[in-house]
Amino acid sequence: MTEAVLETQGISKSFGALRASRNISLDLKPGEIHAIIGPNGAGKSTLIAQICGTLKPDAGTVKLLGRDVTHDPARVRAQAGLGRTFQISSLAMEDTVLQNAILGALGASGRPWRFFSDAVRDRDLRAAAEEALNRVGLEDQARSRTAELSHGQRRQLEVAVALTLKPKALVMDEPMAGMGSEGSKRLTGFLDNLRQEAPILLVEHDMDAVFALADRISVLVYGEVIATGTVDEIRSDKAVREAYLGEDA
Amino acid sequence: MIRESYLNALTVLVLLAVPLWAVVADEPFTITLMTRAAIFAIAAIGLNIALGIGGLVSLGHAVFFGIGGYAMGILAHHAQTYTAVFEWPLLIEGTKSMPVIWLVAVVLSSLAALVIGILSLRTTGVYFIMITLAFGQMFFFFAISWAEYGGEDGLSIYVRNGFPGLNTLVPIEFYGLCLGVLLLVLVFAWRLSKSPFGLALNAARQAPVRVETVGLDPVRLKLVAFVISGAITGLAGAMFADLNRFVSPTMFSWQTSGEIMIFIILGGVGRLFGPVVGALVFVALEHWLGGLSDYWHIYLGLLLLLIVLFGRGGLIGMVSGRRAVHD
Repeated sequence: MTEAVLETQGISKSFGALRASRNISLDLKPGEIHAIIGPNGAGKSTLIAQICGTLKPDAGTVKLLGRDVTHDPARVRAQAGLGRTFQISSLAMEDTVLQNAILGALGASGRPWRFFSDAVRDRDLRAAAEEALNRVGLEDQARSRTAELSHGQRRQLEVAVALTLKPKALVMDEPMAGMGSEGSKRLTGFLDNLRQEAPILLVEHDMDAVFALADRISVLVYGEVIATGTVDEIRSDKAVREAYLGEDA
Repeated sequence: MIRESYLNALTVLVLLAVPLWAVVADEPFTITLMTRAAIFAIAAIGLNIALGIGGLVSLGHAVFFGIGGYAMGILAHHAQTYTAVFEWPLLIEGTKSMPVIWLVAVVLSSLAALVIGILSLRTTGVYFIMITLAFGQMFFFFAISWAEYGGEDGLSIYVRNGFPGLNTLVPIEFYGLCLGVLLLVLVFAWRLSKSPFGLALNAARQAPVRVETVGLDPVRLKLVAFVISGAITGLAGAMFADLNRFVSPTMFSWQTSGEIMIFIILGGVGRLFGPVVGALVFVALEHWLGGLSDYWHIYLGLLLLLIVLFGRGGLIGMVSGRRAVHD
């Protein structure tokens, strides 16, 4: 068996009486897209927050590239190669698209303590930023203010910023949300190719995208993983059909 | 509408032309006013790095202004009384040399900013404002009760400190020195805003979560900005004390913190020349309106109200028609 790039072992998290994560163990192997689906309130965002380091689990461990990162903050996990995109875009809205991408490259370089050189004219930072923008097809918007981008374009920029980190693993929280079918299709094609470069833990509501992309699917209901398996296994799983997909799925 | 770059050039022209005119017309008081504005501008450029780029609403920058002022006052006081600042563990004597005083002011205010920053940056928003204000009050009351250095009355220095190659007692020479420092600080602030650090700090204000997600520490970025900011305001404090040849606890007061912030809001938050325009307008209003009425702050208040309500980009934003702050 190949070793997992990203792994959670029995993580649990409660908010008062609400048990948002119950003993969740899942992993992400090289070259795969592992989708996490589940109804609203199933605890998907809580799970992602624990994987990325913005929430500490009450119990269990998170491993990145075989290393225990349970107690590392988000910043350290990012440096170790964990890329992330947000459900609600969290970009520097007043800055240009290029500046946002350069921020990612700057984080990857680990050298923000430069006070006199020009960030946008820095050859290395700019090259890394432009490459990422080219890959997601935002090169023509590089000089636009981020606030002027469409919703879908902001999603693309989220992905581009994550790519500047040269991530070893990606965690994407609903990258398709609010995208038109055209944009959604393009992003699906893009993520399809991306998995070889960095495996993706994908939380997504768009079932067409999930079924088209996922190598494995885990179904989260009430904070618990009720099933993990291939697309076909999940489609035919009785518990999943009852709990989530509905009879016509 | 005038482009912002023309407006900036016009500001520099005012800084150059008005004092020269004052020399020709023999109006030394105008030069003093311009010097006052230039020094206020330096203090506000300092705050603008924390406030405009880093989003740190500090109501405690009087601490650094006052530390700079007292660094000058204490060193010059000992020099003019021929006494030592410390005799133990090592002998430290007073000095009348501006460069040395400035260095001491910058070092001490950076240290203060480091300590205050570490403690204050654990909070955000209103709590940050309150905790910085509280530090300001601590220093204010400490200065009042510091009898050795004049307590409430402050310290008078009889002769302005010296700068190599200049006669600082001649108003236009001292102004030239202050203008030189102002321009250097402006260049520094401009480079900083474009630098990798500036870009990261700017993002840390807008989207701290994003900054963490790319592996940078937003709090550390803000702390460094706060230290740089305090150092510059501290330098301005030393110069201000030298302009007046006087320091008093007023330099530590919350009104001083408020005034430094008012310069920025008047001119335009986060704009390179915002603090300069704000300080010039403030000093002009203080002079003219202050001559009309003791209650001139009412008019200042009205102006601030109008700017905050209708022109969030400050005076520069209103004239240049560009509301947004950053490039």
